[in-house]
Amino acid sequence: MHRPGRSWTTGIFLLLLLLLPCAMVVSATMGFMEVPAIDVLHAVLARFSQGTAIDPVVVAVVTDVRLPRIAAAVLVGGALAVCGTVFQAILLNPLADPYTLGISSGAAFGASLVIVLQLFGLVLPVSFSVPVFAFAGSVATLFAVLGLAGGDRRLSSTNLILSGVIVAAILSAAIGLLKFLADEQVGIIIFWLMGSLAGVSWADIALLVPVTFMGLLVCLVFGRELNIMATGEREAATLGVNTVRLRWILLVTCSLMSALCVAVSGIIGFVGLIVPHFLRYLVGPENRWLLVLSFLGGGLLLLFADTLTRAVLPAEVPIGVLTALLGGPVFCVIFTRRQRDGGNGF
Amino acid sequence: MAATGSDILWQLDGVRFGYADKPVLQGVDLALEPGCCHGVLGPNGSGKTTLLDLLCGLIAPDAGAITFAGKPLSRWSRRRLAMRLALVPQDFSVRFGFSVREVVEMGRHPHLPRFGHLEQEDHQLVDEVMEELDIVALGNRSVTQLSGGEKQRVAVARALAQNPEVLVLDEATSSLDIYHSLAILEAIRSRVRSGRLTVVAALHDLNLAGFFCDKLLFLRKGKLLYHGRVDDMLDATIIHDIYGVEARVHQDAFSGCNQVSFRLSR
Repeated sequence: MHRPGRSWTTGIFLLLLLLLPCAMVVSATMGFMEVPAIDVLHAVLARFSQGTAIDPVVVAVVTDVRLPRIAAAVLVGGALAVCGTVFQAILLNPLADPYTLGISSGAAFGASLVIVLQLFGLVLPVSFSVPVFAFAGSVATLFAVLGLAGGDRRLSSTNLILSGVIVAAILSAAIGLLKFLADEQVGIIIFWLMGSLAGVSWADIALLVPVTFMGLLVCLVFGRELNIMATGEREAATLGVNTVRLRWILLVTCSLMSALCVAVSGIIGFVGLIVPHFLRYLVGPENRWLLVLSFLGGGLLLLFADTLTRAVLPAEVPIGVLTALLGGPVFCVIFTRRQRDGGNGF
Repeated sequence: MAATGSDILWQLDGVRFGYADKPVLQGVDLALEPGCCHGVLGPNGSGKTTLLDLLCGLIAPDAGAITFAGKPLSRWSRRRLAMRLALVPQDFSVRFGFSVREVVEMGRHPHLPRFGHLEQEDHQLVDEVMEELDIVALGNRSVTQLSGGEKQRVAVARALAQNPEVLVLDEATSSLDIYHSLAILEAIRSRVRSGRLTVVAALHDLNLAGFFCDKLLFLRKGKLLYHGRVDDMLDATIIHDIYGVEARVHQDAFSGCNQVSFRLSR
């Protein structure tokens, strides 16, 4: 494995930082109605000032329909990739992400439960209860998986993946039951299972922005400890890392982030797995860089996928399906390469 | 032996540790003084690693008390302890492709503030220990690509970069060739002689223990059976009692210390 220098890393950071806003503007031009890039910028300005000579329909399409969805794609993609980076670092397992550990499924179960409870007459305010139930579902799943994999110590790859598979299987049966109970409302639950950014509003963004950035900040604060975790639990502890506390803080933080992502957009897999992998291959395992780059890269990737399904494909494919269809084969390539390189690719 | 007064570094009173109702260690009373090399010996499964884990505060005893530097071990924060105590494990492995230098620099972690960076003197210390352990040339290599012996030298360098007063070695040299075993142990031993370091080392090799240690303690089936100066401990009766083999101990003029030869009891 090559050892890239600091300037190479900085270069990739600047590239992503530049690409992301450009991609957002380009994405906003695309769709059923073509809007030139300059008009996108004007539409945003028109939102904040009066008397701009621009079609109010264009303003509405850009700022009320496209931009919230674009912002959500960036934030959700970024948050999922950050969570993947943290899970991989903290569980010493390059296959860990919110999706493979079943945490996204747990959150989807919680969110689906809200809908089913409504059918049984228990009406909760949806905007509040969906994220809360999703969070509860994801944290419960996290502890179930960690508990199954052997408590606090020695979370070996195989144990962890097996536990994730078992818990995810149970959850998929439980979600099946909810679908059965939901009867005519089943479409909403299917939305969570396949993932979609179609219904995103600015209210969702108002929730996503603080949680995502606070989450990223918390993870960055523990960046050096995350690096040291790579030497193993016993070694990290004797290097002064309070491993139990670190696990608690970061796993709960990331569960909160991924639960909110699920509440907004349903289950979107593979972003959290592939983005950290690919970036670790490019810039090395230093987590403080990796977290920032994963956020930018994940945002960019999901924005690309969402723009593809929204504006390019003839029919809107659920984004979770699309990322799994694109990400799965990419993961297979990474996996076979790793085996060929003797396990050093990660 | 560098005697540094009557102060005691570790004090263990009636320490017991076990899983379920199966004790791994029981009834351990022990006082370890600073300034020398303590060897921990015993057959496989006698509780050596468990004792080291207890000394490092990685596990808490089921019963009994452990104090380190006059304060109960449970009241030490991980970071405070890491500023004074470092561990070299048996099989050091790093999960992701950090460079050798990055791993050695991790040893400075407990001494750095949360948002601090390595200062001039941190870099200098890292340079010194890498030189001492003969891994300067590996600096930019990924640790995942090193051989077992090279990884082990990185582990020792990382522990020394912590600049500890106490070094705990958990069979740290068992995967090393004889040259690097002796070179590492000599580097550590010179620090002990100059009064900068206290060592507690779990060892398998009695002859290495005879070369390296000032004091030995023997464990068998979770009990501390013998503890004393190395010259008194390397004794045919004791070795037979612990390992069940016949042994002959002789003063070896070539290495300048007691050495042991073995054969199976007839």
